[in-house]
This record gives sequence, structure tokens and C-alpha cells, in this order.
Amino acid sequence: MPVLSSAVDPASASYLDNRNAMLKRLAELDSALAAARDGGGERYVRRHRSRGKLLPRERIELLLDRDAPFLELCPVAAWGSDYPVGASTVGGIGTVEGVDCMIVATDPTVRGGAVNPYALKKSQRLGRIAAENRLPLINLVESGGADLPSQSEIFIPGGAVFRDLTQASADRRPTIAVVFGNATAGGAYIPGMSDYTILVREQAKVFLAGPPLVQMATGERTDDESLGGAQMHATRSGLADFLAEDERDAIRLARLVVRRLNWRRRGNQPRPVAAPPRYDQEDLLGVASADQRIPYDPREILARILDGSEFDEFKPLYGTALVTGWGELCGYPIGVLANARGVLFSEESQKAAQFIQLANTSDTPLLFLQNTTGYMVGESYEQGGIIKHGALMINAVANSGVPHLTVNVGASYGAGNYGMCGRAFDPRFLFSWPHARSAVMGAAQLAGTLEIVARQAAAARGQEFDEDAATVIRLGVEQQIDRESVALFLSGKLYDDGVIDPRDTRTVLGLALSAVHSGPVRGAAGFGVFRM
Amino acid sequence: MIRRLLVANRGEIARRVFATCRAMGIETVAVYSDPDAGASHTQEADRAVRLPGDAAAATYLRADLLVEAALRAGADAVHPGYGFLSENAGFAETVLDAGLTWVGPPAKAIAAMGSKLEAKRLLADAGVPMLPSTVDPAHVTSFPVLVKASSGGGGRGMRIVRDPGELAAAVDAARREAAAAFGDGTVFCERYVERGRHIEVQVFADSQGNTVALGERECSIQRRHQKIIEEAPSPAVTPELRRALYEAATGAAQAVGYVGAGTVEFLLDPSGEFYFLEMNTRLQVEHPVTEGVLGIDLVRLQLLVAEGAPLPFTEPPPVRGHAIEARLYAEDPAHDWRPSTGTLHRFEIPGVVESFRPADRAGLRLDSGVAGGSVIPVHYDPMLAKLIAWAPSRAEAARLLAAALASARVHGVVTNRDLLVRVLREAEFGEGGTDTGFLDRHPETLTPLVSTVDHLRLPCLAAALASAAGRASARSVAVPSGWRNVPSAPQVVGYDGPAGPVQVSYRLDRTGALAAWSVLPVARGRAGIPDALSPPSAGEVAPDAGSFAEAAGDPVTLVRATPDSVVLEAGGVRTEFAVHRVGDVSYVDGVDGCVTLVELPRYPLPEPALAEGSLVAPLPGAVGKVLVEPGQKVDAGALLLTLEAMKLEHQVCAPGPGVVTELLVQAGSQVDTGTVLAVITPE
Repeated sequence: MPVLSSAVDPASASYLDNRNAMLKRLAELDSALAAARDGGGERYVRRHRSRGKLLPRERIELLLDRDAPFLELCPVAAWGSDYPVGASTVGGIGTVEGVDCMIVATDPTVRGGAVNPYALKKSQRLGRIAAENRLPLINLVESGGADLPSQSEIFIPGGAVFRDLTQASADRRPTIAVVFGNATAGGAYIPGMSDYTILVREQAKVFLAGPPLVQMATGERTDDESLGGAQMHATRSGLADFLAEDERDAIRLARLVVRRLNWRRRGNQPRPVAAPPRYDQEDLLGVASADQRIPYDPREILARILDGSEFDEFKPLYGTALVTGWGELCGYPIGVLANARGVLFSEESQKAAQFIQLANTSDTPLLFLQNTTGYMVGESYEQGGIIKHGALMINAVANSGVPHLTVNVGASYGAGNYGMCGRAFDPRFLFSWPHARSAVMGAAQLAGTLEIVARQAAAARGQEFDEDAATVIRLGVEQQIDRESVALFLSGKLYDDGVIDPRDTRTVLGLALSAVHSGPVRGAAGFGVFRM
Repeated sequence: MIRRLLVANRGEIARRVFATCRAMGIETVAVYSDPDAGASHTQEADRAVRLPGDAAAATYLRADLLVEAALRAGADAVHPGYGFLSENAGFAETVLDAGLTWVGPPAKAIAAMGSKLEAKRLLADAGVPMLPSTVDPAHVTSFPVLVKASSGGGGRGMRIVRDPGELAAAVDAARREAAAAFGDGTVFCERYVERGRHIEVQVFADSQGNTVALGERECSIQRRHQKIIEEAPSPAVTPELRRALYEAATGAAQAVGYVGAGTVEFLLDPSGEFYFLEMNTRLQVEHPVTEGVLGIDLVRLQLLVAEGAPLPFTEPPPVRGHAIEARLYAEDPAHDWRPSTGTLHRFEIPGVVESFRPADRAGLRLDSGVAGGSVIPVHYDPMLAKLIAWAPSRAEAARLLAAALASARVHGVVTNRDLLVRVLREAEFGEGGTDTGFLDRHPETLTPLVSTVDHLRLPCLAAALASAAGRASARSVAVPSGWRNVPSAPQVVGYDGPAGPVQVSYRLDRTGALAAWSVLPVARGRAGIPDALSPPSAGEVAPDAGSFAEAAGDPVTLVRATPDSVVLEAGGVRTEFAVHRVGDVSYVDGVDGCVTLVELPRYPLPEPALAEGSLVAPLPGAVGKVLVEPGQKVDAGALLLTLEAMKLEHQVCAPGPGVVTELLVQAGSQVDTGTVLAVITPE
């Protein structure tokens, strides 16, 4: 295979500028991750530990195979909202007894692990990833149930969590619930709907209604242990399959369950020895342009994430603003679509549509590296059929059957976001670099557009246009759009599966590919009608 | 001429004799007990004959079986080696009566020297200097005295008595021990010489009446009267003293009509006076040091003399340089010299130039009865091997020997290796201050080379990183080990090691570099397992690396890690740790020595919860009598059943009034500590 060359000069001014800008974004990411890690804050963490209990990440660390990687997903969910960063849930993909599993742990230090609207969204997203990639699901439960003040946003949609659990079982995707503390009311159905349940002695509390509510409802006076203690469920109700002596024992039992799942992956194994890239992944910090108006060559990224920096480019001389081609990543074959010069024209769209179909004929997963300002606008492009050609590409993306992985490595604007497999097009995983932005259009363009429309409206009404007020409005709009376009904000809204350090791109994609191959990898049998 | 020789012995000495046989064109016959069926001496011989059973008494000590084996294999001569029947006059006679050649002294000479008391009487008459001694404890007037068994050797039955009040008890105990070990309870009391030195002279006599002294050896470094380091020549022997020793030794040999190889042992007191101790009528374990400095093969001489040939010299060859031998034992000096058994997973000693024969150049000689994979049985002497350094000077020999032992890979059983290294590197040893009180004066030599948590940090870290490298290579997707996009806690692993349980924490960054690490002692929790193995909390470990490395002192760089080798750089110095993992055990060999680490279970099994009123066996044993039946009412303190263990009868009684609701054993049941015997439900 041809080896990519690199024009990166780590001593150049532009490289250093890019790198400094990226480090600033990474510092912001780090503080967001620190906030997530802090959970409910020092006081609640201390109280939790003083009870001899482990924190959610500690439970996950103990559950994972030693030295196994763990890809935490949606770690900054709820960033920019009124709820704590992380959405009182920790989840991700890691290996347990050699099996790639989706592990989801509630964080009891955040308001008792109560489910708020972001927590619900996050757990549903994690459940969906588990479903699409055929991953066994391990729930590490300690949650007080629904966050009552926001129940209107949770109660009705929240039922889907339980539906998904039992459908996972029907889909022969094992579900395991380890209950460390409260799992009451609706939460009781998490163990209730799981294939395997493990309850920790003298900690787990699983009941539909606690003693006060029972007393209100029927007058019966009772206590937590009799209503829903681990011992009771293990010996009387049968809800507990295993009675764990303590948290560590519960995790031991969970691993024992996984060991006996007789789990077999459906996808291909990767090539046994994958050559590392020939270029330093550290350079990725200086590769991406800090100024989004300056496009950069995505081959510089590919040279740092593909095995041996080897890349077979497809149609290299046609539609050159979109790079397409084949390579391998961590031993898995992969097809790549990467924006080279921001704009998508008719040629690029047609090239993409063809390439995606080819990948589907060879059951090859696709990687989309987004850095696009959208499809080209203007008279000659409209007349040349840019909508029609963009539709070709969007059709191919939407109906493609092979797994898609998307990384926003700069910009993702307009319909370009759709054509390059944005969130709505259900890539199996979607990650963003810290400086990435996404919106219907750029903040300045959007504010400017609004101003032009307002000016036209004023002119139509014969009113005088208030220039000063318009400037204030324009700047306000620009700031708002700018704020809502950044990676952390979008990740907070769960529009991606995480903001990643560019240097981790290969690792993240390798783990994602491993997860993807837990299930079958198969191309689509047919597409929708391509408008010619 | 001997055509085919049977060696009535095992292990290292059998191999030693075989080596000379091969060099001389003599065919070899081994005997082996059942546990030795796969032993190296069994495999190495041209022919091997089984001695059914495992205990020495049923195998290597059975003269009849040994002679039968020799006849069955067509051997025409028998070499007894040392130990077992080597100094048994009856065995020599049995061999000779069967028409076989006996490679050893005449039975009469063996018998004469077999009783120390007899030998002392005989040789005192021949003018050999003796310590005052008596068989009657009532005649002892000055202390300290040494109580010794008249028969046998190896320090069995020997006791030093300093307090007159303790003499009677010591004599009784020595009698019992000697009677049990040698079938002869005769003991005697001898003046005890403080800071004495054990000097012995190798003598050789042929059947033509020539007797020659082949140099002296010093064997003063002893543990419990068992030699562990021997050397030739002795740093304490002057030329005049040497002449006197030689004269006394050859005189002793001639007095009993000695033929073949023998050793006359003397005690040298600090004033330079020496006294006869005993004569060993066989080849000594430590003969290689003599072979080293003289360049002669003593086994070859034995065989030639047994064939009736005269000694090839009348004067000993000149002494060349210095030789020191260290005996490597499977025993734990730090725990009362407890013998250690099991599988020797690895046995590698670097730089060995010769085995079982005198070397023709300075360097290391290894005489070993074991190899990697050998099983060390419980039935025999725990000596694994002898390592002999021969060098132009004593200091060089000691340095070479210490270095070779320190870098040897001996995995699977606990050995005295570290003790040997510490002794050889001790300043007083270098000065030649090697009297029999050496180990008592230097108790620090009992400590393993690497034993403090400070010294254990890097080996423990290396063990953990080697295991991590092993797991990384087994993963299908090659991503950085332990990678996290949201780092919160390091990897944690617990080991039980020479300083008790420790917890190793480490985190590697995306490039595989060591981002943070610590090695901390932890308290022993339930079932001997640290209870603090959960990773430190997020607050204690900052994700930006390095913060918990402070506990470890200098920053450490991971240069390279594979499953069996880890190279670390600490304080600007790079060293390699070889890691050998067998099951849960990691053997880490570094520049400072070897550390054995047992990985603690990550998920300790919970203790079984006992039903209320359960009575458990307090110790392992067999159930004797059972006095109750299920359903029976019992009063508090009622005897329920008895347990027999270690000749004791342990009574199990009801803790309070109640009903026997469960009876889980019957008379004769074997039980372990903690086995539930019965359940008494209180009333």
C-alpha cells in the first residue's frame, strides 16, 4: 500500500499556533472531565466513601480486566445545562473477562444517583450503542430513581429504558444488573428486567415502594431489609440470582457471570499485528487549523491514525475536496471519507455516493472525518444540480448498512453535517475534537443573514432600519450561536459520544471498531432511489 | 579394572562420580527411589535400577537392595558417594562379599572411625592431639561443653551447654536424638572451644602403604553444625601449622590402616592449638575446593586406588590460587532454616566453566543434582548444588562466587542463596575471620538481599509492568495498556512479598510511558489479603500524572517492558529486571537480588458464613469418638466428640445447652481447621 507522506513542520509558526490553540481547548476539556469525575462534589464523595462504598468509576475499574482500556462515552453530558456535568451516570465500553461490554454506572454522589433528563438521555444513548454494536450490558446500579422536580421530562419517555432492557434480552444480548444500593420504584425494574442480578448484602434496596409509602398506601409497618434487602431477594423473592457479601464480591460475581456467557463475537477479528502509524500522533495537536477558515489536509490525520500510515486513495483526481480511500486501523479494514477543502461540490457528492456503495459491497466500515462548511451555494451550483448531487450522497449515507464512525475534526456545518454522517444519520459512534464546531451555519453568517432579512423587512415596511439596535442584536445572536456551536456544548447536549484528545483518535477509533465487530458487519442490500 | 560402576547414591554426588567414570571410560549404573525416577542422576547413567519406595530407609539405605541392583545391572564395583551408607562398614562388607569392588576404605577402617569415642581412644595412643572429653556428665567440671553423639555426623544430636544446670537435660535429649538417628544413643561431652575453626586435611592412601596429605580445607562457616561455605587453603593455617596438621592427619590414617580418600577433621582454637575431632572415611562434600587448588580429580584417584594402583605421587602437587565452595540448600535461613520443597522452576547460574570435574582454568564450577523443572522431594538432604569459585586469590574467588550466586536464577523453592552472598561479601569474611561463631555474630546475613519496602519498590513495579505487558500482547486490539479517556484511578495489584503485602499502583499514558506509580505496604486484611486494594479515589490521583509518584521518591522512567523483562531508569541509572512468572508467583531478578512475589487475589473469596451454633474444628485432624446423635439434647459443656491431632485428643464440647441439629462428621472423618463438625441450636 502507498504510504502517506507528511508536510507537517513542528517548528513552523502555524503549527505552533495551532498547537497552542488546541492545548487551550484541551485544558477546557480537562476541566469539564474533572467536573464529571468529581461527581457530586467532595462532601458527598466523602460521605459515600465513609460508608465503605466505592465510587462509580472505582466499581468500573474493578470490574474491567486488568490493564484493559476503557472508552468512556458521553463523559461531559449535561455540560452547559443546569445539571451536573456527567449527568450522574458513568458509562463506556471495556473488556470484562475478554468480552467487550457496555458498562453503565449511576453516580450516587450526585443527588443520590437520581435520574434527571440528561441522565435519561445518556443512559438511552449508551443503551443504543450497546444494541447497535451487540454488546452485553452491565448496569452498576445505585440510584434513588427519578429526579422528581423534572419528572415530566423523565417519567413518560423513561419507560423505554425498561423496554430496551428486555428487548436486549430477546435479542440475546445479555443484561447484568449489579445493585449496590437503592434501586427503588421504577429503578427496581432495572434488576427486574435484567437477565442476571447480583445484590450486595446489607446495601441493596430493591422495592417498588419504601416503608413510608407502604405505610401510607396500606398501613403496613415494615423496614427496608424486609421490603427489598439483598438477603430477602436472594432467599425469598428470587429477584437476586447472587447474594454478594460486599461490593468487591459483587464485582467478582459479575465477572463470573460474564465468563459463563459463552460469548462469541460476530465480526471479523483484526489483523493479528497492526503496524503503528509512521508519524507521531502528538503532531495531531498542530495539524488542525486553529482558524476554521483555513482548511487543512486530512491526509495529515490519516498518516497519524492508519496502520503503517498506509492509505489507498480512491479517485484521487476527481472531486478532490473530498478524500476517499482504504486503509486499516488497529488491524481492521476501513474506508475513509474526509473533507479536504471544506466545501462539498457536485463531484465530491457523486464520488462519496459511489464510494459508500463500494464499501457496502465489501462489508467495510466507514470513517467520516468531518471538516465541512456545507454544500456549495450559488447560481451555477444550484443550476448544476447541487441539491440533487447532495441528495445522492445523503441517500448513500442514510441507507448504508456498514458501521459508520464519525469524527468532527474541525467544522460540520449545514447539510454537510448530514452528508458527512452527522448525528441524525446514526453513525455507530461520533466524536469531536475539542476545537470542532457544528451548526446550521457559522455564527457570523447566521447573524449577518438575520440582519439582511431584518433590513429587507424594514425596507418592505418602509421603516428606517435602526443600525445601532441591529448591531447589538447581531452581536448578541453571534455570541449565542458561537457558544452553542462548540464541541463541549454539543457534547453536553449528547449530540456526540464524547470530545476526544486528537492524540487519542487512533485509540478511540480502534476501540470503537473493536466494539463494532462484536456484532456482524454487513453492507446494505439496497439503497433508496438515487436521483440522477 | 573396573568396567561398570554402580553409585549407591543420588543427586549431585552420583552425577559427580558419573562424570569421572565417563572421562575414564567406565560404564555407569544409577539407583533411584520413586521420587527420583526423573532425577538427573537417573537419566544420566547408562543403566538405572529402581529402588521401590521413597524414604531413604526403604531405598538408598538398603544395602541388600543396592548390592542386588549392582548384580542385576552387571556392575563390578560400587561407589557409595557420601551420606547414606558411605561410612557403613557393614555395607562395605556386603559389597565385598558379593564379589564386587568397593570404592572406599577397608571395612575395618570405617568401623574404627565410625565411633568417635573409639577413634579418639585409638588416635590418642598414636599421639594425635585431643580435647578432653568424658562420657559421664558427672565428670564435667568446666563449661561450656559440647555434647556429641559418638556415631553419625551432620551435627545431629550436638548441643552446646554453658550452664551446668542444663547439662543433664541436654545429654538426655542428645541421647534420644542420636538413638533415633543412628541407632546408637552413646554421647560424650567435650570441652567446647569458643571461636574455634574447623580445619580438615584431605588424606589419600593406596594399598601399597603410601599415605599423603592433599592439603587442608577450612569449613568453619556452619549453620547448626552443618557446613555451608568451605575453602582451600585455610586463611588461618601457617606453613608450620600445616606441617603439623599433615603429620597428625597422615598419622591418624596410618593408625587405622587406611586406604583410599579420607578426611581428618581438627578443631583449631584461637591460640593456634588444634585437636582431633573425627575422621570421615569417604569423599567429602567439599572435595571440589581441594580439586580446584590442586588440579587433581579425587574420584579418579579413588577409582585407581580401588583397582589396586599406587598413588601417582608421594608429595601433594603445589597449591594454585584459592577455591571457595558454597552449598546451595533448599531451606529458609530467615525462618529457622525450614526446608523448602516443590518444583524448581528455573535453575540457571551464569558464567559456569566446568561441572563435576576440576576446571582447567580459573572460574566457576557447578556440581548440581538439579536442573530447571526438578522437583525437590521432601525425603532427602535439601542440598541443591555446590558452586565453587577458583581464582588466583581468596578475595577474587569470594567476589566471583558472590556475584555468580547473586545473579543466579533460582526460582520455585526458597534457598540460602542470599545468606551465602551476604557471608561472602561480609568484611570479616574477607579478612579471614571465619570461625564457627561467624553466623551468630552476623545475624544480618539471615536477611534476604532485598527485603525492605524501599528496596522492593522497583522489583514490585517491574513485576506489575511485566504482567501488564503480557496482557497487552494478548489483546486483539493494540491500544495503549490501561488507556482511559477520563483517567480516574491507576491500575492496582497486590503482592505478598518479603516485606509483607504491598500494593502497586501504576498508570501508563497514551505513549506507554509510566505516568504515575507507587508501591505501598498495606495492612493484612481478612484471609491474609490486603483490604485496601481498591484504587485510590479520584481525589487522590490527579489525572495529570506524577502526583502519586511522590511517595516513591525519584521519578522513574519505563524504558521497556515485555512479559519477562522490564527496564527501568531511576535517578538516571538504567537497570533491567528479569521477571519470570509461574502461576500467581513472579520471580523478579534485579541487580540487587531476587524477589519472590505472590500476586494477591483481586477478588478475595468471602469467608463462608457459619450458621449460629456451628462448632468448627480448631485444628486439622481425625475425629476420634462421637458421643452424641442428631436431635439429642445436650447440656452446656457436654462432651460431643473428640478430635485427634498430633497425638493430642481435643475435646469438642457444647458451648451452651441446646439440641444437636446437625452432626456433620463421624468417627474417623478427616477434618481441616474450620470444618463444621456439628451445629448446636441453643434452647
